[in-house]
This record gives sequence, structure tokens and C-alpha cells, in this order.
Amino acid sequence: MSKLLPVPSRGMIPERDIESPPVLEAIHLGVDFGGLVAVDDFHLLIGRTEISGLIGPNGAGKTTVFNLLTKVYQPTRGTILLGDKDTAGMNTSQVCRAGIARTFQNIRLFKDMTVAENVMVGLHHDIKYHIPGAIFRVPGYWRQEKAARGKAKDMLSIFNMQDMGDIKAGGLPYGAQRRLEIVRALATDPSILLLDEPAAGMNPSETAELMENITKIRDVYQIAIMLIEHDMKLVMGICEGIAVLNYGKIIAKGTPAEIMSNPVVVEAYLGKKEA
Amino acid sequence: MSVFSTIFTQLMNGLQTGSVYALVALGYSMVYGIILLLNFAHGDIIMVGAYTAWLFMVNFGQSPWVAVIAAIAACTVLGVVIEKVAYTPLRKAPRLSLLITAIGISFLLENLAQLIFGAGARPVPTIIDVAPVTIGSVSISGTAIVTIIVSVVSMILLNLLIKKSKMGKAMRAVSEDTGAAQLMGISLNKTITFTFAVGSALAGIGSVLYCAAYPQASPTMGAMLGLKAFVAAVLGGIGSIPGAMIGGFAIGLAEAGASALGLSVWKDAVVFAILIVVLVVKPTGLLGRNLQEKV
Repeated sequence: MSKLLPVPSRGMIPERDIESPPVLEAIHLGVDFGGLVAVDDFHLLIGRTEISGLIGPNGAGKTTVFNLLTKVYQPTRGTILLGDKDTAGMNTSQVCRAGIARTFQNIRLFKDMTVAENVMVGLHHDIKYHIPGAIFRVPGYWRQEKAARGKAKDMLSIFNMQDMGDIKAGGLPYGAQRRLEIVRALATDPSILLLDEPAAGMNPSETAELMENITKIRDVYQIAIMLIEHDMKLVMGICEGIAVLNYGKIIAKGTPAEIMSNPVVVEAYLGKKEA
Repeated sequence: MSVFSTIFTQLMNGLQTGSVYALVALGYSMVYGIILLLNFAHGDIIMVGAYTAWLFMVNFGQSPWVAVIAAIAACTVLGVVIEKVAYTPLRKAPRLSLLITAIGISFLLENLAQLIFGAGARPVPTIIDVAPVTIGSVSISGTAIVTIIVSVVSMILLNLLIKKSKMGKAMRAVSEDTGAAQLMGISLNKTITFTFAVGSALAGIGSVLYCAAYPQASPTMGAMLGLKAFVAAVLGGIGSIPGAMIGGFAIGLAEAGASALGLSVWKDAVVFAILIVVLVVKPTGLLGRNLQEKV
């Protein structure tokens, strides 16, 4: 199977991460819907603190890959290793607790809940009391709630949103909703953060700010970030490794420079040059 | 009796039955909010609560306090067991299968009770023994006062639980977007179990208060009470917690109003007429949100 790969899978990891074990390893991952092969032979290693990009034409299967990694779809074939843990048999919430967090292409915040509450849902894993505890040890329980509220505020300050805690999430402007989704995902304490088109619908200055913030998040939290994005300036600007997907298969992997000059990629995006 | 005292008495009657409806309607609404299931077995949980209270007071000779706790515990456990045994295996099945299963469970409980306790009603001894309070020319029964206070307190506690606690936030998150909630690490199974436990505990409290007002337990007592609570939940907007409370009190007051006008034979009809009007005029209920298609 592996001889089908156009680029060796270990070509992507940035140098500083070579020593540490990869945070995520997808091995010959594939999924079929009925008879349709949506993703096939998806093979990828992601470095401990790498920012990587997943690009490709519309309908190439990028979001499907995210859905496979987060177990929204169970893979038909292949293995996903998270650190040294095999995620086979895990469900979505277990995979999240094991360290994969994500945002969504179409924003899926809890719109009727406040900004702080959205982040606190992400912090769910962090609050340790159990149901009997909630009933019998009332003081400890409120203390934990208060601590979570404080932590949510701290996390919101990454995007300078610490004063918006009590606003309904559905009432936020579009850009702020996208940022809140990233904070909520970060609150789950992931080792890898998957961002599905984080810059969609943003203007150039917002995009530039987002690029800075993605790098900042990586530096502060020391996590890996993988993003799906159509904005080439963003992808080429911050990604250290890029995988190009077309018709559910990886057609190229490499550094931004390698990808931009790769004739297979150019063909997938622009069509074949006429002779 | 003056007109004023008649109105006041009926108001208290309405609030008393209304608070029981509200407690039961909350269970309907919470479960619907989480898994979009109209849990028609919910009314019969009340019947089990009533029989438990009767069993503990009459057969085991326990004090009303013990009976009340036993009834609430029995309802909670029963609600969770029903969820695990009947609904969990159907998690991915079409909603209609779940609905039919709920009706099946309802029949099972009713017939089981008939088999064990017989078809006749069993008189439940006095649970709430509080002297009536007289204000001017009007006297309010102690049971009514306790019922109203207990249910208002339960609702405040429920509100705190849902607004402030971790599980409450999990419930709201699951009810708004199940998929996204799971992707944030929330366990769907735990949240659903918790919802059934809380909803059934409220039904347990409701069953005790209902028995305090109408002191008997019969196999089919839950059916009509459950249906009226369902109407209350629909009136308030099914899935909405404050809606269920408002709906419950509104239905109780409507019934009392019908009785006050000398139409007590028609009070069931009034309730179901309300259901029809709601479904025709505003199917989402008073506080229900419009369901949007998810993209």
C-alpha cells in the first residue's frame, strides 16, 4: 500500500519535533460511504508542535478527514494513533478527552449559552466533582465552578475577549464567534487542535490577526495545530507542513515552497496546462 | 362565600394542581430537549411513586418522611432503568421507534401494577399534615401551601442546577448541539442518564404531592396526569424548562377556572382544547424555539 504514496510520510515533521514522538499518526486511513470511497490511504505524521495545513479543491475530503480523526465517522480502514494510543473503538467524546479538539467549518457554538459557559463546556473534563459530590459537598462544588469560570476568562484573554464572558454566544459578531470556537476547543486541553477553515468569512486584517494568534497559541500551549484553509496566504504563511488532498487521496506533501512548485498540485487546482 | 374568596380559593386550587403538572412537565421537556423523545412512560413513573408511598406507609408502617424519600428514590431509579433498558439500545433508531417503545413501557408499567396491586384504587394515608391557614374569610389547606412551596423550591433548585452546574451546562450543550457537545468531550450517555434521573426525581416529588391532594394510588392514575403534563409541556414550548413551569401552572389555573365557572365536568376537555389551540396557533408553544435545519 505505502508504495502508492507520492511523498514519504516522514517528510513533513519540522526539525525541532524530529526528536519527540509525533502527536498524531494516521496510517492508511480510509472511509467508504456506501460504495463511495470518500477518503483513501490517508497517511500522515504530525509533529509535537507543528502547524500543518490540509488543502485541496472543494469536495476533496478535507472535512471528512477531520471527521475521521475526531470519530464523527468511524474509519472503514486504517489506524489513528494519538501519541502512542490507538483510537480504535473510541467515540467522539473519548477522542476529545484523549487530546484532539476541533472547530467547525459552519460555526457550531452553543448559541443560547454565554461566551464563558461555552468555554466552560470545553473545560468539562477539568471539573472533577461527581453527581453525589454535587449534591452533598456543596462548598467544594461551587469552588470548582468558580475556578472554572476564572480559567475560562483567562483563556478568553488570548483573543482579548475576557470582558465578553456574559454575552450570549449567538449574539457575538461573526469573527468573534470563530475566535470563541477556537478558545472552546483549546479549553478541552488538546495535544492537537484541528481548525476547519478558521479564516472563512474574515477580512484581510482579521486574517492577518488570526495568523498571528494561531502561531501564538502554538507557542503558548505547545500543541500541534492542523488547519483546513482556502486562504493560500494564511496556509503558506504559517504552515510548516502541508498535505494536499484531491478525490480523497493525498496527492502531495511537503513544505509550503515544495507544494507551491509541485506540478501535481497546480494541476489539481488549476487544471492541466494545454499543450 | 364572597366572589373574592371563591376566586382566591380557586386560584390556590389551580396553583396546587398546576405545580404538580409543572413538575411532571419538566421531566417531559428535559428528556425531549436532550434526545427528542416524548417519553410517554413518564406519567406512569408517577403511578409507581404513588404505589411506593402507599407500600411504605401502609404495608411497612413507615412514617410519611420515609415514604416520601422511598417514592422519590424509586422514581429516580425506575427512570434511569427505563432509559438504560428501553431507550439506550434504540439511540440510533428512528425517533418513531423510540416513541412506540415509550408507549409500550407505559402499558407495561400500568399492567404490571394491575397485576401486582389489583385494578382497584388503594387509599394512601395522609402524607402532608399541616393545619390550614386562614386569611380573613378565606382558608387555604395546608396541603396546598406545602405543595406550592415544595414545587417552587424544586424548580428553583432545578434552575440553579441547569444554569450553574457542570452537568447542567452539559445538558444544555447536548440539547443545543449533540454532536458538538460530544466533540468537546461530553459523554452523551452520562448526560442522558443524568437527565432521566433528574426528570424522574421531579416526577417522584410530583407523585407524592399528587397523592397528598388525591389520596389514592391506582394503576392508571399516571395516564391522565401524564397527558395533562404533556399538554403543559407543549403549551410552554416542549424542550423549554421555564416553558414547562409556566405551562404547568397555566394548565392548573385553566382547570380551576373551568371548575369555578361550574364546568368541572368539562375540565379535561378544557385542557385538551388548549392543546389543540396551541398546536393550531403556535405549535412551538409559548417559549419554544423554532427548530432550524442543521446544515
